[in-house]
Amino acid sequence: MSVARAPGAVTPERVVEAEPKSEVMALQMGPSHPASHGTIKFNLRLDGETILDVDVEIGYLHRGFEKMCEQGTWNHVFPYADRLNYASPLLNNVGFALAVEQLAGITAPERCQYIRVITGEMSRVTDHLTCLGMAANEIGAISAGFYMLEAREFLYDLVEAVTGARLTVTYCRLGGVVKDLPADMGERTRFALKQVRRVLADCDRLLSRNRIFVDRMVGVGKLAQADAISWGLTGPLLRATGVPYDVRKAEPYLVYDRTDFEVPTGTSGDNYDRFMVRFAELEQSMRIIEQALARIPPGPILADDPRFVLPPKQEVYTTIEGLMNHFKLVMEGQKVPAGEVYMATEGGNGELGFYLVSDGSGRPYRVRVRPPCFYGMAALGEMLRGHMLADIITTFGQINMIGGECDR
Amino acid sequence: MLPAGALQAGELVRGQAIARVDRAAIRDALAALRDHPDTRFDMLSDLTVVDYLGRAPRFEVVYLLYSLGRNHRLRVKAAVPEEDPVVPSVSSLWKAALWAEREAWDMFGVRFAGHPDLRRILMYPEFEGHPLRKDYPLMRRQPLVPERDPLERPWFPRA
Repeated sequence: MSVARAPGAVTPERVVEAEPKSEVMALQMGPSHPASHGTIKFNLRLDGETILDVDVEIGYLHRGFEKMCEQGTWNHVFPYADRLNYASPLLNNVGFALAVEQLAGITAPERCQYIRVITGEMSRVTDHLTCLGMAANEIGAISAGFYMLEAREFLYDLVEAVTGARLTVTYCRLGGVVKDLPADMGERTRFALKQVRRVLADCDRLLSRNRIFVDRMVGVGKLAQADAISWGLTGPLLRATGVPYDVRKAEPYLVYDRTDFEVPTGTSGDNYDRFMVRFAELEQSMRIIEQALARIPPGPILADDPRFVLPPKQEVYTTIEGLMNHFKLVMEGQKVPAGEVYMATEGGNGELGFYLVSDGSGRPYRVRVRPPCFYGMAALGEMLRGHMLADIITTFGQINMIGGECDR
Repeated sequence: MLPAGALQAGELVRGQAIARVDRAAIRDALAALRDHPDTRFDMLSDLTVVDYLGRAPRFEVVYLLYSLGRNHRLRVKAAVPEEDPVVPSVSSLWKAALWAEREAWDMFGVRFAGHPDLRRILMYPEFEGHPLRKDYPLMRRQPLVPERDPLERPWFPRA
């Protein structure tokens, strides 16, 4: 039954007709755009402000990481590993060390395992704080962004106290770590975590129920659970869709199986859930640090295995055996037995895997990194299709693309 | 459950399962592994290539599979000869393969038949050679690329 209308009245069909004809615009955003932290280019096809299609172009930070690894010894990879995900260098260090140790068939001493957990989780906190702070900053919540950077500073102070550097840590070695925790580590950590929790409470009040923030994040960049799995998403991106996959729980390494922590998950898989999953993980990481610090046993921090571990300097300078051992290890590298291994660890952005092939010489034959944010970036096009131009910023921010890791 | 004749060898190395599969059957074999209720490899963790220069066949394409529900992993390998470096694409099985195969093509020059959009991803289009091949010299220089007008080049293939 049709409704009678006055002549000349605007019917729905005529409203559509009356709209100005829009044509598809091709726009290139980036590679150097102030709102994209990281060098990346979006080739967009836009209908007005709506994204019809987007082709994401990466590779601007490609340094040939995997090629470089094949040139030096196994220990030479650690400085490069720092520069993969430079928001959480210690997690990369630990992941690579664990992979090579599995290939070599050695285990780090117990104290070292605790140290790796503590420092790794400190790095996870700095990683998440970088991601969340920048995400808030980019949509105008500048104060919350800077508060989170303030919290990150407390963690960086800790990292500096342990490793001597804020970012280029090169802390792990085959079979252990390079130096022990400082004597006042417990005290320093208690102070730092107290400050971080204070800042996070502020940020929670500033953001979580903030109308502008919620409007920009909820329902944006959504990806269904089945799609997220098919795209190979891991970490906070996958957990935001409700899959409780965390390598620390699924395939526990180090002392994670003896540590009590939860795996926060979301439900809808949108940007808001990704943000909240990361936010909740901050507290879990701090819990892990506290538990590990309370239980850390005394003992050595390097495995006692002259095939892979450099002798103490004292021996190098005073005994011929120590000197020869040092010389052979430095000049020829550690003779890791031939074979291959894949070791998955939970990085800041998800499953950080190392697939290593050794031919038995002192150099890696092949080092393959499974970069978690590479797969996030692959799925970005599908997340953005149909959204507005401005939603690129929030969605890209939640992928937490780190150029060093994505482009290697 | 795998297609007949597809499986060439299976081994357990350092507790990790490896299956060698004929490259012609790789897509069907991986589809079976993904869908069979006993394996259910719903995630392609990673896909990469190893170049064994001097060995025949020269390349090995490595598929790292993971099952979220069953929490197990499997490494599937397909040997690829240098003269004809082609394997069937698995991008219709897992979307993760879309970019992973592009990177494998870019770095090793192994082509994936049936991939919808096999372009270079980390390198630029004019790059010569495949840098992760063992016979690509570390210090090799690339020719200068003339400045290009991005709007003239078909930079958006799906448009």
